[in-house]
Amino acid sequence: MVDRDYLSPVIRPEDILVRSPSGVCCELGGFHIDPTRPVERAVITHAHSDHARAGHGAVLATQETLDLMRLRYGEAFAGSTQALAYGESVSLAGAKITLHPAGHILGSAQVAVEADGLRVVASGDYKNAADPTCAPFELVGCDLFITEATFALPVFRHGDAHAEIEKLLHSLALFPERAHLVGAYSLGKAQRVIALLRQAGYDAPIYLHGAMEKITDYYISRGIALGESRLARGATKANLAGTITLGPPAALNDLWTRRFPDPVAAFASGWMRVRARARQQSVALPLVISDHADWDGLTSTVGATGAGEIWVTHGQEDALVHWCATRGLKARPLDIVGYGDEEEIGDTEVNQSEDGAAPSRADTHDQDGNGS
Amino acid sequence: MNRFAELLDRLAYEPSRNNKLRLMIDYFRSTGDPERGWALAALTGALSFPHAKPSLIRSLIAERTDPVLFELSYDYVGDLSETIALMWPSVAPSPSSAPGFGKVQAADQELTLTRVVETLATLGKAQLPQQLARWLDALDETGRWALIKLVTGGFRVGVSARLAKAAVAALADKDVHDIEVIWPALAPPYGELFAWLEGRAERPASGDPASFRPPMLAHALDDADLAALKPEDFMAEWKWDGIRVQAVAGRLGTEPEDGKLVARLYSRTGEEISKSFPDLLDALRLPGAIDGELLIMRDGRVQSFNVLQQRLNRKTVTAKLMAEFPAHLRAYDLLADGAEDLRERPFAERRARLERFVARLSDERIDLSPLIAFRSWKELMAARKNPAAAGAGADAAAVEGVMLKDRVALYLPGRPKGLWWKWKRDPFIIDAVLMYAQRGHGKRSSYYSDYTFGVWTKGGQGDELVPVGKAYFGFTDEELLQIDRFVRRNTIERFGPVREVLHDPDRGLVLEVAFEGLQRSSRHKSGLAMRFPRINRLRWDKPPKEADRLDRLEALIQRIEQGHLQGQIA
Repeated sequence: MVDRDYLSPVIRPEDILVRSPSGVCCELGGFHIDPTRPVERAVITHAHSDHARAGHGAVLATQETLDLMRLRYGEAFAGSTQALAYGESVSLAGAKITLHPAGHILGSAQVAVEADGLRVVASGDYKNAADPTCAPFELVGCDLFITEATFALPVFRHGDAHAEIEKLLHSLALFPERAHLVGAYSLGKAQRVIALLRQAGYDAPIYLHGAMEKITDYYISRGIALGESRLARGATKANLAGTITLGPPAALNDLWTRRFPDPVAAFASGWMRVRARARQQSVALPLVISDHADWDGLTSTVGATGAGEIWVTHGQEDALVHWCATRGLKARPLDIVGYGDEEEIGDTEVNQSEDGAAPSRADTHDQDGNGS
Repeated sequence: MNRFAELLDRLAYEPSRNNKLRLMIDYFRSTGDPERGWALAALTGALSFPHAKPSLIRSLIAERTDPVLFELSYDYVGDLSETIALMWPSVAPSPSSAPGFGKVQAADQELTLTRVVETLATLGKAQLPQQLARWLDALDETGRWALIKLVTGGFRVGVSARLAKAAVAALADKDVHDIEVIWPALAPPYGELFAWLEGRAERPASGDPASFRPPMLAHALDDADLAALKPEDFMAEWKWDGIRVQAVAGRLGTEPEDGKLVARLYSRTGEEISKSFPDLLDALRLPGAIDGELLIMRDGRVQSFNVLQQRLNRKTVTAKLMAEFPAHLRAYDLLADGAEDLRERPFAERRARLERFVARLSDERIDLSPLIAFRSWKELMAARKNPAAAGAGADAAAVEGVMLKDRVALYLPGRPKGLWWKWKRDPFIIDAVLMYAQRGHGKRSSYYSDYTFGVWTKGGQGDELVPVGKAYFGFTDEELLQIDRFVRRNTIERFGPVREVLHDPDRGLVLEVAFEGLQRSSRHKSGLAMRFPRINRLRWDKPPKEADRLDRLEALIQRIEQGHLQGQIA
């Protein structure tokens, strides 16, 4: 790439970032990316709880990510924070950090780290499909690309999200006396589903589970058009007939649903592509809408970065590593423990205390805090 | 194909019968001919073309995908057709990787179910792989899934032929029976059927000489109902523990006297079951329609339902099976004698005609269900308690109560009030302990509504509970809420949707379980399987240690096997 002093040791991409027990680490710049344990300096790709944890010393992220972390963890979520806009850079001891849109959720960023003429990109979670609620994914050429692999099997092709929304609206027309409950992750997916419904011309109020209220309000405050939303807990059963309500996935099959008239259980997730997954969760209307890149998205992005080396993290690493090998790309799984998968429904019972039905002791104990 | 695929997709996920109906009605209403007719044929199992083998589909995908990626995918998805439908390479780029190209795959809009069915009907075996591949190229994920299910035969979307017919009937506010009567004369794609239902044509003629007639059903009788009924108005028969069937025979053609005789056997719901009972079909030598009970008869003695079940569970009917489990028809009503419809005649008259009809048939495989002589309800009650002594003799083990039929009742389809009564034997009852609870489906998905219960037995370390059955009804809505609350508060372990609940000698929930019969089962740890178990009562008052023991069920099954058991054991 650039001329190097032949006397200094040749730096390789894997010298810029290394794997550490807490996640990917840049020793040169003294920071981690999306560390799974508290560290001194952290660069955070996006605000989902498995990537953005509270308790770090200093946090560098987009303004939206910082705001969303504050919303979820409170003012004292980090020692200090620094906002960085897409395309802006900061340098830490010879390592230049630039954030680029990842297209995953509002504020989500890929982290590009440059040193000595080499560039490494840690993508965090990303998708290269259109999303009205966040900036579109930007392809960044690099030498080493760290990719997610949540849907890294050729069976996952997410298709057109608008068609899934039409499916929901068709069902609503067919069953006007029933409530349609859409399980959607509280940060990102829920707002995207609302925005897609609005794009499709659905202009009735959309009802929300209480766990989604603050985040949705924040999206609206950032100028994203989501129309009128109301809290489901304020509505009578009769009022909820013929309406759409969004709730966290874990609420979909539990006590919360009893306030709705004969609810149709829908679930917006890339996992809904697999029938057994949908059936396991008693989903009657699976909607394949994902905030992660699908197989075609992953492979085309990996190829297009021009990176000669690929690190694969969280998900179906084997398949993507195998695919890279067949394309002559050096690839290895990163095996970092701690990144979850926010599109999973889980078998957890959601906290009911937000509206009515006080949880029994067992239910409270059961919660694992699904991050919503 | 896509509209049909979408319908199948929704049906596969929708748990409620009613909602499945509405999905199908919507489809039949909004889809034109002949497409909807072929869909009806597919749903009723009336399509016939040679099915493709799964190995063919598998070799198609093998030519197109990396074997490692296929194995990883198959491993993940678990279902072969689905894996192939999902990973079949798109000919056009997927929209997510090429935003801005809009909706792709214009080609599939031309690929209708009609075209698929018509092509398959004439396609040579050698051309099948190529043709399938072309279709798969043109379809999306759901379309490919539906196509593979169609050509390999077997949808499993939880829709019976009858339910699909009910949806068609609903297009014109007709009853499913109206469709069933003419069904045997119809053929896909059913243009004349839809034309009739939409008021564009006359009702298609029932060309079938042995068509099904909607059955008359009985109401359950409580002891309290008896006070309002007069014994002299009723005739009584044993309620046999077999399966209710309609045995119909009729002559083909316009000359009723010499046409070829067609005989068919139907289940109570109108599904044709002739193929399962060729031995009985041979006995239907006179034109007519008998309503009766299908039983297994050995050495002149009716066998228990357990024995009948062993024949019902077999896929192929062999000579050995027929010899070992000879099918028998015990007749209790005559709906037609020759070409004469008897349904508008009073029961007493039909009974007399039935007695003559059975005598004319004179076949050992068909006999009369005897009448029970009684003058008062008290006498009938005694007969119900002890059928063996009241005329049922050695057949008493196959009696599950008595039937009361109004002498003047016409044969009316459905469940008319007050004419036919079933007065079942009291159920068996035990006290069992709730061990596991599982989430229900559909409306009950937020409730723990399926309960596995056990009774005590000697274990390695003293008494332990062994599961003896599972029940998911019998309780009231209020009781369901109570059990649900109990389950959530007393969970000791969770296995996916199943929770193990507290069940030790002093703490736990005792369920009074009612059931209709018991049989041995190697699939259950207890070695027993209950018939028709349901929750009779919640025994909050009873400590689990006072629940029943396995010995009691063991003793019960021995008595059942010896055939001299009547009435409840509690």
